[in-house]
Amino acid sequence: MTPQPGESAARVGPPADIKAVPVHHPGRWLAAVVVLVLAAMLAHSLVTNPRFEWNVVWSYFLSGRVLAGLRVTILLTVVCMAIGIVLGVILAVMRLSENPLLSGSSWVYIWFFRGTPVLVQLLVWFNLAFLYPKISFGVPFGPSWLTGNANSLITPLTAAILGLGLNEGAYMAEIVRAGILSVEHGQSEAAQALGMSRAMTLRRIILPQAMRVIIPPTGNETISMLKTSSLASVITVTELLYAVQLIYSVNFKTIPLLIVASIWYLIVTSVLTVIQYYVERHYARGSARELPPTPRQRIWRYLTTFHTPPPAPVLAPPGTERR
Amino acid sequence: MVLAEGVYKSFGRLEVLRGIDLTVQRQEVVCIIGPSGSGKSTLLRCINHLEKINAGRLSVDGELVGYREQAGRLHELREREVSAKRAEIGMVFQQFNLFPHMTVLDNVIEAPTRVKKIPRSEAVELAGQLLDQTGMKEKSSAYPKQLSGGQQQRVAIARALAMRPKLMLFDEPTSALDPELVGEVLAVMRDLATSGMTMVVVTHEMGFAREVGDTLIFMDDGVVVETGRPQQVLASPEHERTRAFLSKVL
Repeated sequence: MTPQPGESAARVGPPADIKAVPVHHPGRWLAAVVVLVLAAMLAHSLVTNPRFEWNVVWSYFLSGRVLAGLRVTILLTVVCMAIGIVLGVILAVMRLSENPLLSGSSWVYIWFFRGTPVLVQLLVWFNLAFLYPKISFGVPFGPSWLTGNANSLITPLTAAILGLGLNEGAYMAEIVRAGILSVEHGQSEAAQALGMSRAMTLRRIILPQAMRVIIPPTGNETISMLKTSSLASVITVTELLYAVQLIYSVNFKTIPLLIVASIWYLIVTSVLTVIQYYVERHYARGSARELPPTPRQRIWRYLTTFHTPPPAPVLAPPGTERR
Repeated sequence: MVLAEGVYKSFGRLEVLRGIDLTVQRQEVVCIIGPSGSGKSTLLRCINHLEKINAGRLSVDGELVGYREQAGRLHELREREVSAKRAEIGMVFQQFNLFPHMTVLDNVIEAPTRVKKIPRSEAVELAGQLLDQTGMKEKSSAYPKQLSGGQQQRVAIARALAMRPKLMLFDEPTSALDPELVGEVLAVMRDLATSGMTMVVVTHEMGFAREVGDTLIFMDDGVVVETGRPQQVLASPEHERTRAFLSKVL
């Protein structure tokens, strides 16, 4: 006899959970023990090895010269990434253009700047005065209005910004291009069918959707830029690494000062990671049915809700399954 | 409203349209049926210049699509002029193609505010009416991903109507929908036809074509095989190819 649909209402509450003996994982326990022992060894050495000289580390950690270096590092990262992103968008759009001259020149730019080491590019910008002692602005092949000495125009900091920024543009171009290509073709068709121009379609429809693909690698690039900016030390820009180098070249506290720099790099990287999480969340609008909670919301929810078990799945009463 | 004479289109060596003649009167509903690959969708896309025709003449509302005729020569239109023409033709796609990063309301007001540059408040009011008309008013602040296929397609119709088009093109609007959702979209299209909109509908819904269509066109292999009153073509087709196709789908 098949029960009538109405009968199932009489059932009280969800059925009891299945009780079973769980599978054992001895390998996991072994791995945990190994990791813990290694971590203990590392911690022990950090604390007991006097050559780490933690007192020196902390005495320089907030010193004026280190903080000044940190400021230059952050400035370089922000300015060079800004140049890189703007250049990257322009180069990516050029690369995807139907005009062969535009896409060709974009291709050559990317080929050149990706194909030579960034350290070499920095050195070339730094030594630009050998190549062009005078820099002037004016009509091409015609009169010039403004002429300057390359040595005074290209300071170490400008050389670093130019070198790192222009190089970054080549990498960002490929990231932005990948993002644009990831947006379905139907999107630009729908926009064009509504009478939107190509530029408006790119700005309003394509780029906002491409952002979801562009943001994660851009976060990566920013963190990478933070560390690559230390290369500017070879052209005498007193960023974080060069600042501590200048200190330890006098007092020979090499390792403690390198630890100071490393801790600062780690701190800034952590901050950038948090920023990236929120930017990604912003551009996830519409891609998921519901936005993921922020860490703060997650903690808040954990603190304010009692640990109620998740609602039992609604089971169709026997005999009424859909065929 | 639409006049096609010997329209020819090929992708490389593949001939998709091989001389199409077609007339769509104002307020007429023309349904195009035919096997896949017969060129139905391509013809629709040529009408709003998403595809360029290789030969023949195609005009909408008395004006050539994509060209201007001056002193007996054809001049290609600038992008801005093409866009302006497209803005007068609404198009509904098989895959809806709503903008996923915008709410339903923003999808509908995007083109009126950006392309036609009408004030936002006015656009919102018009969008409200259209979403009401398509039964999607309550979902104004939802994102497309939160809607069923049928709901998305109804929003897409409202979005196209928001530009106040003089012609609506439907490219298999119900082909990507679950069977139980087809009806709600067809109902909206039926209302639209009743209100006097000129429509060209590529479809596999023979019932819709019979009830709503004024003219039925059967296309196969890039040519128009048969044209006539839907009831007549569906009940007693003249050509063997039409008969063979209908025997498979009816």
